Amino acid sequence: MRRYSAPLVFLLPATLLIVLFFVAPAVTTLYLSLTDISTITFRHPSWIGLGNYYSLLRDPFIGRILLNTAHYVGFTLLFNVGMGLLLALLTSSVRERYGNQIRAVWLLPRILPPVVYVLIWQGLSREAPYGLISDLLGTSRNWITAQPWNVIVLANGLVGASFGMLLFTSAIRAIPQDLFFAAAVDGATTGQTVRRVVLPLLRWPILFVTAYQTLSLLTSFEYILLLTNGGPGFYTTTVWSLHAYQSALSNYFGNVQFGLGAAMAAVLVVIGIAVSLFYLRIFNFRALVGEPKVEIN
Amino acid sequence: MKGISVRLEGLTKHFGKVVALQALDLDIRAGEMVAFLGPSGCGKTTTLLMIAGIYQSTAGQIYFNERRVDHLHPRDRDVGMVFQSYALYPHLILFENIAFPLRLKRTPQAEIEQKVRQAADLLGIGHVLDRRPAQVSGGQQQRAALARALIKEPQVLLLDEPLSNLDAQIRLQARGEIRRLQQQIGVTSILVTHDQAEALAMADRIAVFSMGKLQQLATTDDLYLRPANVFVARFVGHPPMNLLEGGFENGHFTMGTLSIPVPSGHLKGGGSLGIRPEDATLDGEVPARVVVIEPLGRETLVTLRLGEMDFKVLADQAARPTLGTEVRLGYRRDRVHLFDQAGKRVAP
Repeated sequence: MRRYSAPLVFLLPATLLIVLFFVAPAVTTLYLSLTDISTITFRHPSWIGLGNYYSLLRDPFIGRILLNTAHYVGFTLLFNVGMGLLLALLTSSVRERYGNQIRAVWLLPRILPPVVYVLIWQGLSREAPYGLISDLLGTSRNWITAQPWNVIVLANGLVGASFGMLLFTSAIRAIPQDLFFAAAVDGATTGQTVRRVVLPLLRWPILFVTAYQTLSLLTSFEYILLLTNGGPGFYTTTVWSLHAYQSALSNYFGNVQFGLGAAMAAVLVVIGIAVSLFYLRIFNFRALVGEPKVEIN
Repeated sequence: MKGISVRLEGLTKHFGKVVALQALDLDIRAGEMVAFLGPSGCGKTTTLLMIAGIYQSTAGQIYFNERRVDHLHPRDRDVGMVFQSYALYPHLILFENIAFPLRLKRTPQAEIEQKVRQAADLLGIGHVLDRRPAQVSGGQQQRAALARALIKEPQVLLLDEPLSNLDAQIRLQARGEIRRLQQQIGVTSILVTHDQAEALAMADRIAVFSMGKLQQLATTDDLYLRPANVFVARFVGHPPMNLLEGGFENGHFTMGTLSIPVPSGHLKGGGSLGIRPEDATLDGEVPARVVVIEPLGRETLVTLRLGEMDFKVLADQAARPTLGTEVRLGYRRDRVHLFDQAGKRVAP
């Protein structure tokens, strides 16, 4: 025991933090999801087993919400990662000073409070003559009601792209200059260099950004909440996490169902884990961290 | 594969305000191997990268045979290059690394297969073609880089310090291999190196660079026996040449109280006199004190105090003097090198 006391002491602070802010909430959520706790039954919740999960399955809108979630995560991710990559490639191919400036400007919305950012989008999306998008396209519409998904994906993706942009930029910078020289001497065009040398070497950061963004998009709903609040109409843009939030913390009837919301959160965790495993598989994680077989000759 | 000639005319490169290379004129004959030798920052790698087409020249022209190429993209110049870091693509196995230039040219698979195998077997890396660069030794990486450079049968082969990351023993072996291969194929080659032994051993002719300028282009023997200036005299040869600074007058070179008769009686004014350590002896007339003795096995390097300067003599093992004693320094009169005030060779 003495032998392990020092390591244990060093591990204690981190362990405490993880237990307090990760394990405890997860266990609590799981526990709550197995009860009927709501505003009404708050003091005397009863154990209902998988009851909440059964009612999720019976919910007629659940398919719609799942599809919405897939749509939201899929398209935003595509835009996010694609745009991030494009920005990284473009800003690292121009002079460093200009690249830095472009990247700095692109980061601005990220340091803006989300509410202010969404207000700007609402302003941009209004009918003519007030909305800039209507002006530019020459068609007067409220674009949030006309094209809710496009606005949501753009609003999310434009901010989200900066994450990939920063990571990809530093990864591109880490590629030795000689490799670019060698590719040029070997006869590669710029396009071929990007496709055959740069992108394969960015596999790790692309995997990381894709996985990370998928998980954070699965649980993020603040822009949707502020832009459309799940509308227009019935569940048009309601995603899983927004639905969970509305069930658990805010609904029209005032009787919020903590238990049901917890069940939805638990499902989200399962989906997140499944998606992560899928990514690790298609990116061949094992090969990425494989042991080198060095032979001295 | 036939080599072509490479001609540089007034080739100049500025990086901002820094002049990396100043008006270089150079002729490299078809099939020849020329070494660019010089300390780091002398402009030799810059020149190589301009020939490869990676750097744009600030001024001047580059000709391959009579074709002007300095405006061409590297892929249109038909050069192969080996980098100091080897620059192998880390995500590709050696086979694909070597095949890379052929894949870009959309060569048929069967031809790629055959050429890569042939090149790999020639260089002795046929058994590791399915490994990634990180999974093979430095020597194997170096050979893979050489194979990749040669696979498209380039007209010019550029070697940027190709051996400097190898162990001393493999380096000697690789030196011979590269030279043999180059002569076999007959490809015009340029070797950039800061290691004079490498340059002397591998190249037909050596271009010595310093401060962005070509100091001398000559064969190994000429470089050694007739260095064009003080820089080359000091840079080529190991241990380096002793250079005494003084003045010429009445057929004598004088430095302090020392006065040495020189063959060229017409010389006047300041200048320097060079004697290589192996051309000096310990049985002459000039008194000097022994300050350091370094036994080198076959010979002994003796450092003498001569007036205000150190003078190195490569003496026979048998003639090893005692530390601190006074000896009589001598030299072979037909092997002295005379330079004028500007450092330019004036005689013999």
